[in-house]
Amino acid sequence: MGSSLNAPSRFRNGARTLTDRLVTGIAVFSTILVLLPLVAILGYLIYKGASSLNLAFFTKVPVPVGQSGGGMANSIVGSGIILLVASVIGIPLGIAAGVYLAEYGPGSWLGHVIRFTADVLNGVPSIVMGIVAYSLIVSKQHHFSALAGGIALAIMMVPTVTRTTEEMLATVPTALREAALGLGIPQWRTIVSVSLRAASPGIITGCMLAFARVAGETAPLLFTAFGNQFWSLNLNQPMAALPLQLYTYAVSPYDEWHRLAWAGALVLILLIMISVTLVRLFAARNSLAGGR
Amino acid sequence: MNMKFAGLAVLATVALGAQAQDLTGAGATFPNPIYSRWFSEYSGSHPGVKINYQSVGSGAGIRQVSQKIVDFGASDGPMTDQQLSESKVKLFHIPTVLGAVVPVYNVPGVNAELKFSPDVLAAIYVGQINHWNDPRIARDNPGVTLPDHQILPVYRSDGSGTTYIFTDYLSKVSPDFQQRIGRSTSVKWPVGIGQKGNEGVAGMVRNSQFSLGYVELIYAEQNHMSYGQVKNAAGKWVKASTDGVTAAAAAAIKTIPADYRVSITNAPGPNSYPISSFTWLLVPQHFDDAAKGKVMVDFLRWMLQNGEGEAASMTYAPLPKPVADRVAQTIGQIR
Amino acid sequence: MPLAALAQNEARTAEAAEAPVVPDTTGVRAFLMSRGSGSVADSVFGVLMLVGALSLFVIVALIVWMLVHNSQLSIHAFGMRFFRSTNWDPVNGDFGALPFIYGTIVSSLLALVIAVPLSLAVAIFVLEICPIPLRGAISFLTELLAAIPSIVYGLWAVFVLVPLVRDKFGPILEKLLGWTGLFVEPNFGVGVFTAALILAVMIFPVISSISRDVMRAVPNHQREAALALGSTRWEMIRMGVLRNARIGIIGAIILGLGRALGETMAVTMVIGNHPDISKNLFNPAYTLSSVIANEFSEATGDLYLSALIEIGLALFLVTIVVNAVARLLVWVVTRGNTAKAV
Repeated sequence: MGSSLNAPSRFRNGARTLTDRLVTGIAVFSTILVLLPLVAILGYLIYKGASSLNLAFFTKVPVPVGQSGGGMANSIVGSGIILLVASVIGIPLGIAAGVYLAEYGPGSWLGHVIRFTADVLNGVPSIVMGIVAYSLIVSKQHHFSALAGGIALAIMMVPTVTRTTEEMLATVPTALREAALGLGIPQWRTIVSVSLRAASPGIITGCMLAFARVAGETAPLLFTAFGNQFWSLNLNQPMAALPLQLYTYAVSPYDEWHRLAWAGALVLILLIMISVTLVRLFAARNSLAGGR
Repeated sequence: MNMKFAGLAVLATVALGAQAQDLTGAGATFPNPIYSRWFSEYSGSHPGVKINYQSVGSGAGIRQVSQKIVDFGASDGPMTDQQLSESKVKLFHIPTVLGAVVPVYNVPGVNAELKFSPDVLAAIYVGQINHWNDPRIARDNPGVTLPDHQILPVYRSDGSGTTYIFTDYLSKVSPDFQQRIGRSTSVKWPVGIGQKGNEGVAGMVRNSQFSLGYVELIYAEQNHMSYGQVKNAAGKWVKASTDGVTAAAAAAIKTIPADYRVSITNAPGPNSYPISSFTWLLVPQHFDDAAKGKVMVDFLRWMLQNGEGEAASMTYAPLPKPVADRVAQTIGQIR
Repeated sequence: MPLAALAQNEARTAEAAEAPVVPDTTGVRAFLMSRGSGSVADSVFGVLMLVGALSLFVIVALIVWMLVHNSQLSIHAFGMRFFRSTNWDPVNGDFGALPFIYGTIVSSLLALVIAVPLSLAVAIFVLEICPIPLRGAISFLTELLAAIPSIVYGLWAVFVLVPLVRDKFGPILEKLLGWTGLFVEPNFGVGVFTAALILAVMIFPVISSISRDVMRAVPNHQREAALALGSTRWEMIRMGVLRNARIGIIGAIILGLGRALGETMAVTMVIGNHPDISKNLFNPAYTLSSVIANEFSEATGDLYLSALIEIGLALFLVTIVVNAVARLLVWVVTRGNTAKAV
């Protein structure tokens, strides 16, 4: 840059402008190139999915192979239950670990170890989580179960929740804590009512990110929740789940099932987005007014 | 907080809704069309009974029932002696129906029905024949213009009884195939691409031009896919059908051992379809949970009486009468 | 206050005074903390949080133990040969993981090659070039894509991408790049290239949104300084933004790589599931995660199962190494940076 300033020739400037234009062009072109498949996926999904949706889809269970009709009601409910189990286990655990990292152990060797463990856990491929849950739960219990699937997903949620909780707590001003402690409020109360409260919008976002991440997971459920073509609300039994059923339908040769797969994909994405939006709205209303 | 309690309450109710009449089975995709129909009908006529069957492949059926993780398994390849001895439960092989494995293909421009002699099928799957216009294919199909395009063989990526039947047949007819690949629910294919389940293979062949795959007859029928004739042991070209499978079973009926583990591929007789097989449910001889055992036995009785009658309409062959009678006795031994 | 609690408090205060490890613990805070934390509830709460934190450790330990323990059979039978052998033969009980390692690495790297330039270009476009009203729309779309489950990408790939590669992209690529031996017919639409394409689409939102955040964090005075010196917009981006954000960008790329390596369902549906090592990108291949998804539940025989779990172990170790490398890289670059700047 220095040399170009020392010798500002017209040719040089021309070349520089040209490069600039060229790069701008490339950036614009790339954006269009990338947005094309993205729009294509969404558009195709909405087009294919919406045209296959009907009431039966939400009220009926799958029909035998090769027959027409049927729906994915049991898969939708099944996914809901499995995700509930995952959230009930994963979120408190993740928040507890995050609180520990931010409030008790920043800078301690144990804190470093835990933080590293969280990163390792975050990197574990979902299929590996599937084999782990199979070997540790299913093969010990001697049956496939929704519970095993929920636990596999819960473990996948923990690191995201932990790290966001930690980061969000770190942004809470120390003065706020000191003020609370100064009023004679015990430390646990300070953490729960002041630190966590102030950081809650961010933490909830983190939880929803974790939720959205596991909601569409298929691989960990293959060897755990296993699937079920009937209604099953029993946590100790195999249970249908939307992503599992989608996989079965997607690789099948039946046109009817392909249609159901598209409809299922659309519903899965809508459910994820709706639950995320709802929780965010709910959180926005209930968080501290001065929170953000 | 409130939400969490509500969640726990839901969980509690959910967990309490436990039912002992739920059976879980896993295994073969080959008979899945008829099994899923049976189980659906059976639960319709017997409220409170649910038999959940997941078609995850015969290999999975064998593995999961041996490990006592599912209540019953299903396979189209009989378990080996080693597998039986490694199993944690003693198992009965209960034959249910018979079916045929057919070579399905998707070759644009070819309207005639293709014929495949056994050695050609074997050669395609070991990679010796890799073009559709290979002289050995042309020899079997005089008058058909075959395209000069590479063949895409499609096989099963999961442990599969259909693979067992197919490789069992090819091993019988081609020593080269037996030596290089052998028979099993999962083998090492030198060429081609793998797809999961009969459904996956049928779907792949349907979507890919110039491909060849092997699936159970009904998958080809339900999807209106072209499938070829195969030359049987008597030297006749036979197209897969219920009759051809029944003929193969009839030819082998005297050789069926007490445990029903029999291979009827390459059966003698002019009408026998050569790639036929029984398919079996793998049922524990003893159920720890008596209620589950009763559901299983009741279902099997229902299957012999009502279920078998539906087989033909789904292009499966029902059990021959003498076999069905023997099965009824075996069912009585389940505790 | 009971004597014991008092003593405890004193001990804590002493501890806090002796060990100023915690950077933000000012004397005031330590005093306040010690004063406020005398109750039983506080210790219970602290223990609960500690249990939560330790449970993470326990989970990872369990995963490692389970993977190592259950793959012993295969480790003893094959040793290092497992990672060099190309033979995966369930009939004869001989297992080698090389084709799966190859398939995983090639498909992931190819996905990076496709996705990284595009992601960066889009990040630059959105942040530095694009008109502000459009910015929100593009960001929203990218975020939406990050929320689409892998199985849905797989579905789309099977029905849209595979025919497209087979009939449209394939012939063009063969004509242009056939001489390299990377794109040789027959092309059935199912194979490494398609898998890499869908992986690229899947990791694009990750790389793009993180690098955008990183670039946004570059202080504006860097940009202004570059512009004030008479740079064009590109020069400003290159020197003012990219150079300062490169650590974060590398981090984003490595995160994308991590996701690509472990990705299972979408890849399984389009890669062809054939354990083969070939230069031709149209050929089918197999990845570590797909082979587990396909064969794990049905592995008959203990050695077969053990071999599959060893593959899981390999996948686990690879992702840890990738993460560790990323951290090391960031650490080194950050140190270099702080020495020069500020």
